[in-house]
Amino acid sequence: MSSRPVPSGRVVVTGIGAVTPLATGVDNFWPKLLAGENGVSRVTLLDPSEYATQIAAEVKDFNAEDWLDKKEARRLDRFISFAVASATMAMKDSGIVLTDELREDFGVLIGSGIGGLTFMGEQHRRQVEHGPGKVSPFLVPFMIPDMASGYTSIVHGLKGPNTCTVTACATGANAIGDAYHIVKRGDATAMLAGGTEAPICEIGLAAFSAARAMSTRNDDPAHASRPFDKERDGFVMAEGSAVLVLEDYNHAIARGAKIYGEIVGYGMSGDAYHFTQPHPEGDGAIRAMKMAFRTAGITPAEIGYINAHGTSTYYNDKGETQAIKQVFGDLAYKVPISSTKSMIGHTLGASGAIEALICLLAMKEGKLPPTINYEVPDPECDLDYIPNVMREAQVEYSLSNSFGFGGHNVTLILKRL
Amino acid sequence: MGYQVSIEETKGGIFRGMSQDILNRVKKVTVEELGVKEEEVQETSSFTEDLGADSLDVVELVMAFEDEFGIDIPDEEVGEIKTVGDAVTYISKKLG
Repeated sequence: MSSRPVPSGRVVVTGIGAVTPLATGVDNFWPKLLAGENGVSRVTLLDPSEYATQIAAEVKDFNAEDWLDKKEARRLDRFISFAVASATMAMKDSGIVLTDELREDFGVLIGSGIGGLTFMGEQHRRQVEHGPGKVSPFLVPFMIPDMASGYTSIVHGLKGPNTCTVTACATGANAIGDAYHIVKRGDATAMLAGGTEAPICEIGLAAFSAARAMSTRNDDPAHASRPFDKERDGFVMAEGSAVLVLEDYNHAIARGAKIYGEIVGYGMSGDAYHFTQPHPEGDGAIRAMKMAFRTAGITPAEIGYINAHGTSTYYNDKGETQAIKQVFGDLAYKVPISSTKSMIGHTLGASGAIEALICLLAMKEGKLPPTINYEVPDPECDLDYIPNVMREAQVEYSLSNSFGFGGHNVTLILKRL
Repeated sequence: MGYQVSIEETKGGIFRGMSQDILNRVKKVTVEELGVKEEEVQETSSFTEDLGADSLDVVELVMAFEDEFGIDIPDEEVGEIKTVGDAVTYISKKLG
């Protein structure tokens, strides 16, 4: 029998960790985000000369041996290493002391949109060049997207619910939303929740280039990710992760935890429209936001900041703007909106988690990060995107959108406590 | 007779030299693959019991030996290789 406090039905965030192209570690990352620093440059993880897109936002200061033992650091696919690093930071930040009892009530839900694509590409090459007998026994464990959750649970000895979301660029938001439900209904006292992605490899760059979704502004990487700007020409691929400690409110209060904020709303929908293109009028996005408001029990008037999906593709930014107008009405022109992908690039399955973390810090510190590279207004994107310079504002509730290939739409609503 | 002995001695010396080279390379591969310290890897060290290898590690280690020495180690013979010394003996035999 567990002696844990009676579940409150409320879920708060008590620890955060992140690996991003701006920096590894939240304390290093946050000032750069507020300062509007650019994380995009020419690709170095491979020779990009032959690719249509030759730029990306790479994590530059990550040393796997800082977070893993030497053997695992050397061989794990980067998406797993990022997840473990973020999870370890979040655990430490939370100050939670793990007992045998708590371990069984503590789960992991870290999603990845793609999984171990780099490792898969390398091993496929080995098979082609040297035959099937030369494929690594670790291909299966390092390729499957759920291994971020699986391996994190091994590292931290967490034996509660353990699963994974795979919904492309909505993955991280879905992971936090689903983990929120798990804690809310009392199936776990706490969850490590977030997203991780490491897609910058030969097949990854080739595949997303072929999908014609990425910016080809190769001669000017610093200005390539320009959400809502009229001259945007696609998203910039990025890598990274973010993991949050989601904890039952009563449990957090009982141990005197530092609280970043509360998760109060979670909406989801499907576009039922196209493989990769979002619905042109943002139909699915509208319904995801409406569901999030319904579950949060608040109205758009109470939202003080929107962290947009804002990928810097023509269709996303136009459709998302229309969707926000539909849901917010006249208030759409008043609510500050930013796309932090302008600095971080698009971390795909990690983006929803990184952006939820940003919403929590923005509310806690009263500082809203900007949309950089906003230079040429687009008549189809005519809202307040916090252009180029961060803004101070007291925000009670924030909203984060994430939309994925396949037509997955997710909206999270977070509250300052 | 004396002539034969000296040949044998020479062969033994060459064999010991080759064997030492194989041992060094087996140790190097083991250190890389299993992430262990060089001083932990002794001829008597068991890959699974002393050096912390699990079943997947062993498969990968064997593939690394195949790459290092340009040999083929059939699955049914992997069981012969339990220690560093076993690996040296097996590889020496393979290389003739």
